[in-house]
Amino acid sequence: MKRLWLILPLALFAVFLGVAGYQLTQPKDEFVRSTMIGKPLPAFDLPGATDEAPRVASASFADGQPRLLNVWATWCVPCIAEAPQLEELAERGVPIVGVAIRDEPEAIARFLENYGNPYEVIARDDIAELQLGLGSSGIPETFVVDGDGIIRYQHIGDIRADDVDEIYAAWEDAR
Amino acid sequence: MIAELGLAALWLAAGLCVLQLFAGVLGARAGDDGVVSALTRPAAIVQGLVLLVSFACLLRVFAVTDLSVALVAANSHADKPLIYRISGAWGNHEGSMLLWVTILGLCSALVAAFERRMDDRFMKSMLAAQAFIGLGFIAFLLFSSNPFARLNPPADFGAGLNPLLQDIGLALHPPTLYLGYVGLSVAFSFVVAGLVTRQAGPELARVMRPWVLAAWIALTLGIAAGSYWAYYELGWGGWWFWDPVENASLMPWLAATALLHSVGVLAARDALRTWTIMLGVVAFSMSMVGTFLVRSGILTSVHAFAVDPERGGFILALLALYVGGAFALFALRAGALAEGKRFATISREGALVFNNVMLSAILAVVLLGTLYPLLAEAFGTRVSIGPPYYNPVTAVFAVPMLLVLLVGPMLRWKRDKLSRVRVPVALCVAILAAGLTVLVFFTEAGVLSTIGLALAAALALASWFPLRGRKLRRVPLALWGSMLAHFGIAVSLFGMASESAFSIERLVAVEAGDVVEVGPFTASLRAVEPVAGPNWSALQGDILVSRGGSETVLQPQARYFTEPAQNTSEAALLTRWDGQLYAILGDAAGEGRWQLRLWWKPFVTLIWYGALLIALGGLLSIFGHLRGSARSRKIREEVARRRAEKERRARA
Repeated sequence: MKRLWLILPLALFAVFLGVAGYQLTQPKDEFVRSTMIGKPLPAFDLPGATDEAPRVASASFADGQPRLLNVWATWCVPCIAEAPQLEELAERGVPIVGVAIRDEPEAIARFLENYGNPYEVIARDDIAELQLGLGSSGIPETFVVDGDGIIRYQHIGDIRADDVDEIYAAWEDAR
Repeated sequence: MIAELGLAALWLAAGLCVLQLFAGVLGARAGDDGVVSALTRPAAIVQGLVLLVSFACLLRVFAVTDLSVALVAANSHADKPLIYRISGAWGNHEGSMLLWVTILGLCSALVAAFERRMDDRFMKSMLAAQAFIGLGFIAFLLFSSNPFARLNPPADFGAGLNPLLQDIGLALHPPTLYLGYVGLSVAFSFVVAGLVTRQAGPELARVMRPWVLAAWIALTLGIAAGSYWAYYELGWGGWWFWDPVENASLMPWLAATALLHSVGVLAARDALRTWTIMLGVVAFSMSMVGTFLVRSGILTSVHAFAVDPERGGFILALLALYVGGAFALFALRAGALAEGKRFATISREGALVFNNVMLSAILAVVLLGTLYPLLAEAFGTRVSIGPPYYNPVTAVFAVPMLLVLLVGPMLRWKRDKLSRVRVPVALCVAILAAGLTVLVFFTEAGVLSTIGLALAAALALASWFPLRGRKLRRVPLALWGSMLAHFGIAVSLFGMASESAFSIERLVAVEAGDVVEVGPFTASLRAVEPVAGPNWSALQGDILVSRGGSETVLQPQARYFTEPAQNTSEAALLTRWDGQLYAILGDAAGEGRWQLRLWWKPFVTLIWYGALLIALGGLLSIFGHLRGSARSRKIREEVARRRAEKERRARA
């Protein structure tokens, strides 16, 4: 029994080496597409960002208007970095629905006050149910959802300045 | 010429490493008293000096901005102030690895020159282990990260240093952190030598202790410096982000803190032998894992280091060799170590074991959080893990640990009764209860910050309890050190909890003359004007801040650096005894209005003052232990001398 305990650190370390070594040989693919592309938005009905705000449901997406669905959180640093780009998209007329993952109403209010509010509405996803349903595993992530509520495009990670045009084009395509 | 000299010195150091390794291994074999193995110590000392020469050459080429050296051209610019030209030498991959190796060499040299307490075989094994580590990293420099590579033809201009790094924080943060990382290698080599020569008793612990303490102090200061630097330089107003690179520095600190305490148990009571040995390996492994994660770019981080999979592979191979080798040695040998003395659950050892288990649990939590994205990615999913995981999960272990810390240092070694410490325990409970009541009913602090504030108050008092029943003049220096460090924990914890509970934040768009209230201050923007620096120009806000009749001017800047072109935000900080006012000048908001971000952060500075106290406590502890060990050596020599004299007389 004691022998096993002594080997344990070595075994754990071997697992780490295996995973790290495997990851090093993998090309750094930043674009793992969600299998949800081309499929309808999973059904959801989430509370609004603040207690007074209206609830946000999947039904409201199928009204003929394509939208961006931005998965973010106030505790996520890259989300601060992408705020100006979202602002720009909103100024160019793209409606954006935000989904705040595991967040607090006060923190959301503060974030919006600091970094601007490009959102049409914001939903609060306290147990990451929509995030999981979307096949999104990281924050931030942004989806283009067309007027029939079908997911058309996915952007992984923060939106950089040079991503804006591509996302705008994807939104245009979905019209 | 200087660059070639530096490179030659590096090759020479590699040769000396081979010699040190070879001589050390010969000397580690039983019964060897050969000529070659006698070279181990001299080789180590010369190697340290040669590496110092090499590093001095690097400093020189950076100081004079020798643009025929590729590294300088890529990372420096003649227009920078001298201090940043020099600190730029380690603000890049190659230079920082050379610094790493140089510190390693100097540590070996110090051990070789001054450590005489262990027997010869042990010391040779130890120095051989150091040489083995050094050789790997020198090879890494020579074959994949040569800092002295020439550029032909030389560049006309340097590319400059990332402006965020042009700060006094960078001059201090990496070297101190490296001192800590590398200092742990000394503990590692001691432990390896202990396994090789089957010595894992109190003597090993006493020899290791100053090194572990020194490395731990450096880590504490390095992490604190990094945190403060991020706090004022990034302009996000936060001081810890649970970023992978931050975690990479926190993990060795956690392991070193555990090691420090278990080394204390081993030195005083000859208990926890296997555990101490394992922690010695784990602590340095964490520094190496940190180096790997940071340098390979395998994880996504806000720290944008140059990423290179080939280098990542090299470091991973070194990691496998050293850490894998040490763990394998541990699996083979540790079973044969006698387990050491037993103790009761309620005893100083018992409390320290609890502290060790909790620290290891926190380490595991942070390690899991840091590596989980890597693991998940291997299965095709991508995740990002942030404060919602780290804060509560680490607290689950940190809170019980701090509760035990209230009592632990008062307990006696071997066996004690809680009834003996009834009065102080009751006092702590009273402070905790009072603190919790006041905070819950009169403030809106969150759960964690409430617990943190109450615990900090109790700990601030409890850390001095070990003085009970002692004459002040006779309290040993090492005990002052430990009390001060624990008090530092309380101070730092108070700062963290207060910052998170009571910070006030205002974001406003104002024009000149507008007045904003933030916490106890009123701030009014008087003007925004351009100013010019050596390699940047900036817009500078001029904000008149007043509280209770006293007025100060804050001047936050939005800087535009030219080489390389980049914008940074320079926060203006107003420090008062009870907190900091933090001001950021944002973008122009149109119609002559400017965005201002203002924070009032009560007692935030205590976070870093606490860290300084912790480090100071460690320093006192080192001196105390060194003095104690010198004194006991003197006594032992005196005893031996008298015995010899007595025998001589008896014979006569």
